[in-house]
Amino acid sequence: METQETKSALATANRRVVRRLLLAVAAMFAFGFALAPLYDVLCQITGLNGKTGGRVAVARPVVVDETRTVTVEFVASLNAGAPWEFAPMVTRMAVHPGQYYQTRYLARNLTDQRLVGQAVPSVAPGPAARHFQKVECFCFNRQKFEPGEERAMPVTFIIDPELPPEVRTVTLSYTFFKLDDAGG
Amino acid sequence: MSIAAAPALHHEHDTHAGPPRGLGRWLFTTNHKDIGTLYLLFSLMMFFVGGSFALVIRAELFQPGLQIVDPHLFNQLTTLHALVMIFGAVMPAFVGLANWQVPIMIGAPDMALPRMNNWSFWILPFAFALLLSTLFLPGGGPAGGWTLYPPLALQTGQAFPFVILAIHMMGISSIMGAINVIATILNLRAPGMILMKMPLFVWTWLITAFLLIAVMPVLAGAVTMLLADKFFGTSFFNAAGGGDPVMFQHIFWFFGHPEVYIMILPAFGIISQIIPTFARKPLFGYASMVYATASIAFLSFIVWAHHMFTVGMPLAGELFFMYSTMLIAVPTGVKVFNWVSTMWRGSMTFETPMLFAIAFVILFTIGGFSGLMLAIAPADFQYHDTYFVVAHFHYVLVPGAVFSIMAGVYYWLPKWTGHMIDERLGRLHFWLSVVGVNVLFFPQHFLGLAGMPRRIPDYALQFTEFNMISSIGAFLFGFSQLLFLYNVIQTIRGGEPATDQVWEGARGLEWTLPSPTPYHTFTKAPVVE
Repeated sequence: METQETKSALATANRRVVRRLLLAVAAMFAFGFALAPLYDVLCQITGLNGKTGGRVAVARPVVVDETRTVTVEFVASLNAGAPWEFAPMVTRMAVHPGQYYQTRYLARNLTDQRLVGQAVPSVAPGPAARHFQKVECFCFNRQKFEPGEERAMPVTFIIDPELPPEVRTVTLSYTFFKLDDAGG
Repeated sequence: MSIAAAPALHHEHDTHAGPPRGLGRWLFTTNHKDIGTLYLLFSLMMFFVGGSFALVIRAELFQPGLQIVDPHLFNQLTTLHALVMIFGAVMPAFVGLANWQVPIMIGAPDMALPRMNNWSFWILPFAFALLLSTLFLPGGGPAGGWTLYPPLALQTGQAFPFVILAIHMMGISSIMGAINVIATILNLRAPGMILMKMPLFVWTWLITAFLLIAVMPVLAGAVTMLLADKFFGTSFFNAAGGGDPVMFQHIFWFFGHPEVYIMILPAFGIISQIIPTFARKPLFGYASMVYATASIAFLSFIVWAHHMFTVGMPLAGELFFMYSTMLIAVPTGVKVFNWVSTMWRGSMTFETPMLFAIAFVILFTIGGFSGLMLAIAPADFQYHDTYFVVAHFHYVLVPGAVFSIMAGVYYWLPKWTGHMIDERLGRLHFWLSVVGVNVLFFPQHFLGLAGMPRRIPDYALQFTEFNMISSIGAFLFGFSQLLFLYNVIQTIRGGEPATDQVWEGARGLEWTLPSPTPYHTFTKAPVVE
């Protein structure tokens, strides 16, 4: 293996292995980042993770299922440091799938400055998320608040009758964020 | 690779056969044996650093209440104990063993890329200086656990960029080491050394190196995203900006689970070298060992979410990850059965390396069984984040990975130094370690089943007795390791001269070399029958 040709053949072989492996390293580094959009797509397709997204439900005529009653619970939380008071006006409702309901959340700006906030919804249990359809929601838009302003913000929703039968309680949770620290 | 070597060229090698003198030898060395030694010594040092963190933790947990450290320092110590032991002790030890052994086991003159080899070692001391320096920063070191889950990890103070940079450096070092191992094994095997004739230590390292190439960049990506979330206003893991903290767990464990096998596959290789030697029989089921290793490596990519059964996955996900995890027991079982069959009706003797290897087989299997219990998704809701998990992974990592490293060092040290180890001291070290490690970790199973959470500096009174027993075991195990240090130093300095074969039943290319191994070996490739 000490001859000149075998030495240069070896160097070529080594270079080829290194090149391929470095390519694999770069590809896996990129794959790590690609997981971020892939994860979102997967959650949207499957409705996993309670992500209801910002999508507006298509209002189509459905039969109201009077025989079934589902409890909907409303939860509100503030992201750390968001200077609001934020709470649901009603904490639980008994609803029939297929019927429209409206409820409101109350928010009050605790500062003497103008603030912009955004509510991010989440539905539990996860499999119920895509059957919880919001027709109108304050979470679709940014919410501007004058200093000290208090406001009731509506959400109109309908529970799809195709909600899995084992689900008896659905929890709708909003987390309110101050938009500056959301990075956009 | 021809064996028709020109004799004239060999004289050139003989003239610079010895190593240069002084510090420069170690700083600028490209010799695989020197670099292997550096890796092993560094890893030994980190083993004692990480071990002293663990002893502070166990001293605090000796009784309920807060006695020795405040909770914030306690959290820093748990985090750093894990990072130091994983990236500083276990992984570099395996790379060190690979550096020493892979070339002399396949008949290569050195690693394929010797300069890169030097670089991949010398990054490590800087990475760990950076990591450990965070203990002295205002606000202290990282305290959110080695898994770095956001948003908790993002609350780390000034230490945060130091930790991320240190992890990047460790990753680069590992990736370069892995590239080197693969290039060496693929290109530098002696004529006749076909893949299916390679010693199992070489096989397991080849597969481990591919795992490293596949997942270390993913970890680098994950920590880079954390860095961006903290300093550049992105929202990968920030729900306020449309991100999701759970996504970090998915990305992290996509790295983390193969990482677990990175820390155990080379151990399988070492044990597969040692048991045939002292059972004086060839390894039972060589080919099945190779395929089992490859299957474990493949399965490691599709089981990651069993670390996060409680995050609220859908039923289908829980079932998939539960069954795929249980599937790993099959190739692992093949390995355990093969080791036992190798010993079956062998002419066994119980020198120190063999004692550690047998303890590995038994105790690693206990760790594997508790892993199976954790794989049962509905049961995991009870075990999750308790001391049961701590007991499980310490059983596979301490009497698993660490015992295999010690077995390997005791096994090959006579070859490297030319001196036999002090057998009596080695056996004393073994018995103290094996008793210590079980007294240390076995009670933690009971603590976990009774509901004691992990990573907490204080606990409810009913956990006191088992915690005391565990702490006593910890100090017994910890201080016994000084015997290992003493024995290694004494063997390097002198001792009964070792023969070339060292152990009566040893087979393979490395045992055809003189003891101690000359500075340059196999400059003329041997021919394997």
